Amino acid sequence: MDLKASDRFNINSQLEHLQAKYVGTGHADLSRFEWAVNIQRDSYASYIGHYPVLAYFAISENESIGRERYNFMQKMLLPCGLPPEREED
Amino acid sequence: MYLYSLTLQRPGGVVCATNGNFVGGKTQEIVVARGKTLDLLRPDESGKLQTLLSVEVFGAIRSLAQFRLTGSQKDYVVVGSDSGRLVILEYSRERNVFHKVHQETFGKSGCRRIVPGQFLAVDPKGRAAMVAACEKQKLVYVLNRDAAARLTISSPLEAHKSHTITYSVTGVDCGFDNPVFAAIELDYSEADIDPTGQAAADAQKHLTFYELDLGLNHVSRKWSEPVDNGANLLVTVPGGGDGPSGVLVCAENFVIYKNQGHPDVRAVIPRRADLPAERGVLVVSAATHRQKSMFFFLLQTEYGDIFRVTLEHEGDRVTELKIKYFDTIPVTASMSVLKTGFLFAASEFGNHALYQFQAIGEAEDVEASSATLMETEEGFQPVFFQPRGLKNLVRIDQVESLMPIMDMRVMNLFEEETPQVFTLCGRGPRSSLRILRPGLAINEMAVSQLPGTPSAVWTVKKNVNDEFDAYIVVSFVNATLVLSIGETIEEVSDSGFLDTTPSLSVSLLGDDSLMQVHPNGIRHIREDGRINEWKTPGKKTIVKVGLNRLQVVIALSGGELIYFEMDMTGQLMEVEKHEMPGDVACLDIAPVPEGRHRSRFLAVGSYDNTIRILSLDPDDCMQILSVQSVSSPPESLLLLEVQASTGGEDGADHPASVFLNAGLQNGVLFRTVVDMVTGQLSDTRSRFLGLRAPKLFSATVRGRQAMLCLSSRPWLGYIHQGHFLLTPLSYETLEYAASFSSDQCAEGVVAVAGEALRIFTIERLGETFNETVVPLRYTPRKFVLQPRCKHLVIIESDQGAFTAEEREAARKECLEAAKMGENGNANNRQQMENGGGVGDDDEDDALSDEQYGYPKAESDKWVSCIRVLDPRTGNTTCLLELQENEAAFSLCTVNFHDKEYGTLLAVGTAKGLQFWPKRSLAAGFIHIYRFVEEGKSLELVHKTQVEGVPLTLCQYQGRLLAGIGSVLRLYDLGKRRLLRKCENKLFPNTIVSMHTYRDRIYVGDIQESFHYCKYRRDENQLYIFADDSVPRWLTASHHIDFDTMAGADKFGNIYFVRLPQDLSDEIEEDPTGGKIKWEQGKLNGAPNKMEEIVQFHVGDVVTCLQKASLIPGGGECVIYGTVMGSLGALLPFTSREDVDFFSHLEMHMRQEHPPLCGRDHMAFRSAYFPVKDVIDGDLCEQFPTLPPDLQRKIADELDRTPGEILKKLEDVRNKII
Repeated sequence: MDLKASDRFNINSQLEHLQAKYVGTGHADLSRFEWAVNIQRDSYASYIGHYPVLAYFAISENESIGRERYNFMQKMLLPCGLPPEREED
Repeated sequence: MYLYSLTLQRPGGVVCATNGNFVGGKTQEIVVARGKTLDLLRPDESGKLQTLLSVEVFGAIRSLAQFRLTGSQKDYVVVGSDSGRLVILEYSRERNVFHKVHQETFGKSGCRRIVPGQFLAVDPKGRAAMVAACEKQKLVYVLNRDAAARLTISSPLEAHKSHTITYSVTGVDCGFDNPVFAAIELDYSEADIDPTGQAAADAQKHLTFYELDLGLNHVSRKWSEPVDNGANLLVTVPGGGDGPSGVLVCAENFVIYKNQGHPDVRAVIPRRADLPAERGVLVVSAATHRQKSMFFFLLQTEYGDIFRVTLEHEGDRVTELKIKYFDTIPVTASMSVLKTGFLFAASEFGNHALYQFQAIGEAEDVEASSATLMETEEGFQPVFFQPRGLKNLVRIDQVESLMPIMDMRVMNLFEEETPQVFTLCGRGPRSSLRILRPGLAINEMAVSQLPGTPSAVWTVKKNVNDEFDAYIVVSFVNATLVLSIGETIEEVSDSGFLDTTPSLSVSLLGDDSLMQVHPNGIRHIREDGRINEWKTPGKKTIVKVGLNRLQVVIALSGGELIYFEMDMTGQLMEVEKHEMPGDVACLDIAPVPEGRHRSRFLAVGSYDNTIRILSLDPDDCMQILSVQSVSSPPESLLLLEVQASTGGEDGADHPASVFLNAGLQNGVLFRTVVDMVTGQLSDTRSRFLGLRAPKLFSATVRGRQAMLCLSSRPWLGYIHQGHFLLTPLSYETLEYAASFSSDQCAEGVVAVAGEALRIFTIERLGETFNETVVPLRYTPRKFVLQPRCKHLVIIESDQGAFTAEEREAARKECLEAAKMGENGNANNRQQMENGGGVGDDDEDDALSDEQYGYPKAESDKWVSCIRVLDPRTGNTTCLLELQENEAAFSLCTVNFHDKEYGTLLAVGTAKGLQFWPKRSLAAGFIHIYRFVEEGKSLELVHKTQVEGVPLTLCQYQGRLLAGIGSVLRLYDLGKRRLLRKCENKLFPNTIVSMHTYRDRIYVGDIQESFHYCKYRRDENQLYIFADDSVPRWLTASHHIDFDTMAGADKFGNIYFVRLPQDLSDEIEEDPTGGKIKWEQGKLNGAPNKMEEIVQFHVGDVVTCLQKASLIPGGGECVIYGTVMGSLGALLPFTSREDVDFFSHLEMHMRQEHPPLCGRDHMAFRSAYFPVKDVIDGDLCEQFPTLPPDLQRKIADELDRTPGEILKKLEDVRNKII
């Protein structure tokens, strides 16, 4: 019985649970691109969330804060450009 | 080092706002989030916006919404913040606080990608609220009420969708059907795995409706349909009988009406005629106006133009969508239309405004409609318009905002008593230099010259029930002048006052009789004109007098006190005599308490440095109750009832305490609490007010008792939101003052100074600073002081704008076109009408840039200027516009060692700078200017090309240091250009700041914090000997001492780093100056590492830091300014005892009074790095707002009384400002 219970909570299933629950949780085979995309999306979300930072960007680019927020949201689609070709294995 | 952090000026910028009926009753209020603070504003009867409440929440507020339960009379506020919690607040009128009704935790704290808080939407009927994150998560809470009519909230219902970005969320008005929320969503899962880019190109935004099934208690995706890919904002359309329901989708260039099962109705947003083709038009804020019979929307674009959107509909079928140009106001972060006919426009930068509606845009104007939408091969045909003067709105009030503070310096340029704070604020055409002075602003109503030099002034009512004062009485050395207050103020002689003698006091006695005390007696003027005269015995004269409405005490020369009381018949009767040991310096009697016949306490100040409290009760009349010795003879006394530490507007649940205030001859104001029963004095506080002995007068502020103290400058002691504040007034030295109330001015002050009588009112209560504004042309970047003639040199630059000449040419062209097309379209004609004659054209246009913003140019165009400004007059003495796409980024004054030119100005510029797609520039330059005409003007000496942007310049040992990209370089002055002397290319990224002290250079890198450098003259070498181990994105820096630097990073932290003493000594003693060690290095960095000694999260991007003292004789503190327009100070503690006390107080406050929006205080202050050695004064200062029992509880834990804690808080604040 004990074995089964621990099976259910083994490290892999815990990780899977985390990955499903928290976007951006890494795994052993994470590619450089996927990692960078996550970081960038987190950064953009943080800029959008912190209004003073948004204003700081808006001043330096001489845009309105609303436009700056929109631009950052748009960039969340492809933050690091196109994904690299998958190597078939 | 331990620091005490205190916000001096709350942030001015607004993140979001919502309006509603939060107080209850008929009034409309606005709740405004300013980042870390939550304010409740209300326009008063005269259209001035008043702040009812302002609370610091120690968290970042990101969204606000308002809702009302059906049938309720009052609105609630829902707050989305970085706390990972949903908080519902209710305003409590009785206690003047926001009361937390619910706090529901749903996720981690911090502004994260998938933790909700960024977006909030409520069902228009107040049955549910949705809180959403940028990505994936959406939670719906059901709101209801229980049997006791209390608001209840359900557990959250999930409406998550992974790999989906959310752009906007709103509640759909569908009457009393199941609540529906709409969201603009974009799925990126395909785009992330498709290397061809096809999926990314095909990515489509969707409008999704989420339905909350109230019966099943479940949320489902009800409907999802593709929407324009430029969509960014949703606006609820009224439904349920009032309108067609559905939403307006604001997209780039378009507004689209959408609803389930309804075809799209689309119209283009009109474009400004001068807008470059590459730019779109984006709606950044929206407001809805609803009446019973009609509704319309106001949408504002990123250029500031407001459009009125109306829907033609038959039942729930929308047939036409019209977008009509409404007016242009500065770009807002949020707009609120109040039911009372006001528009509150919270500007994203600069001052906010309150507008009144003159019209609702029914008149003819440029209009785009879904019916006339034309689609051609290039896409939809745009509609053009020209912005014009305000037609529908009229501005009636402004709320000052310093946002953004770009640079700041504390200097005493005007040689006043306290230093001034010079701040560069604002952006583009709304930028300004603001000179801040600690103190309240006053509004001078009248100044009139008097014959001779008056010594005193009083105002007096004829009857106790009168609303306004009847007379102003002015006393001279040998006469008394009586002025009656009516439509005008004129001299009268029938008042009954004796005018051939000076007066000591004039007041209302009893209900309706007047009294004049003069050196030889008391003149009592009865209501029917009878005059009773009391003469002093023998040759004695009256020297001092203290009185209230029913009691009078006079002091005769020699020290005899005589006490009079008014009897039932209205006669003034002598009651008691008392001999004081010496001459009396001053006297005061407390006002008669409500429902009593007399006040019990008389305060007498003597020249032997004592103040005595005497009883006036019949049974122990003239008994000395207590004695207080003071440091210097008292000059003036005032017994003032202060509702200290009130919780409510009226302080109902706190007993008022009586304070004895004494102005001492050494300029100190001495305050002590008088025990209401025994007359014992306790809890003394003193504060230095100025060089002259303060004279104290009672005044009224917002209907409550306040105190005016006249020292070398005037001060006002008053209660503001539960705090007793003693604030200087920004006005000249006054001699004598009295409160003043008339038809024109409800709460004013009349004062005498020199030979003039002045009447003024005190404005903007509760503010720490008042400001003088000097407008500037472009976004100011930095400024320096020209040391000799004390002028300021300011550099200003803007990206994507036209130069002044180009703008002028465009304007002329536009005007010409308007004149030619006499019978052209309606819009042009109106512009001519607005322009009026050619004469006032300029004036109109000068205003307009501020209102309309500069026309947009391509993003690679720059405009910039260097300005020399005389801060005293605000006049610009020299303005150089840089040509050919050059923009100034840095400046400093420099004295080269050969001294040929004296002080020169170095300006670092960049030509053709571009950030996008890749940071690039045509060239960088360092300009050297010479000051001519005694520093009023500039003359170019020469210009040296450099390879990058010189972001910082600094003088060092008679040479010029420049930080150009990652290169630190030392220049000397040559005849035709600057000569390179030495350089170091080893800086990690970009140098953004430099400070020098002795032979050290403190270099700040944009991303890698500080580097300490040395220059060795003999080997001509610059080298880094120490650096920081933490990557800090520097936004501001300041040199503290030889080993210490203060810095601020982009994420809103302030930190201090220090080179350990032993390392510093070692480097200084080493004959090679640590050079050998430097050559070894450590992990690609410098051999020595600095230590972080202070760390604090401000929660706002700090843009400037300075070490300064804001009060004469006060301790030096670090002053900072932020992007949101707040000013704060960090004061170093001088004793361990204080540190202990405040850290314990902070600890108890954290436990007993957690922040309003649910963020843990310690976690907030440690948001990026653990807070170190800084005590949060803003939290400690919330102590007086706690309920009294909680105050007592905390005080007990600290082994003190609440009064002592209040005193401590007051003391530490007084050390700063």
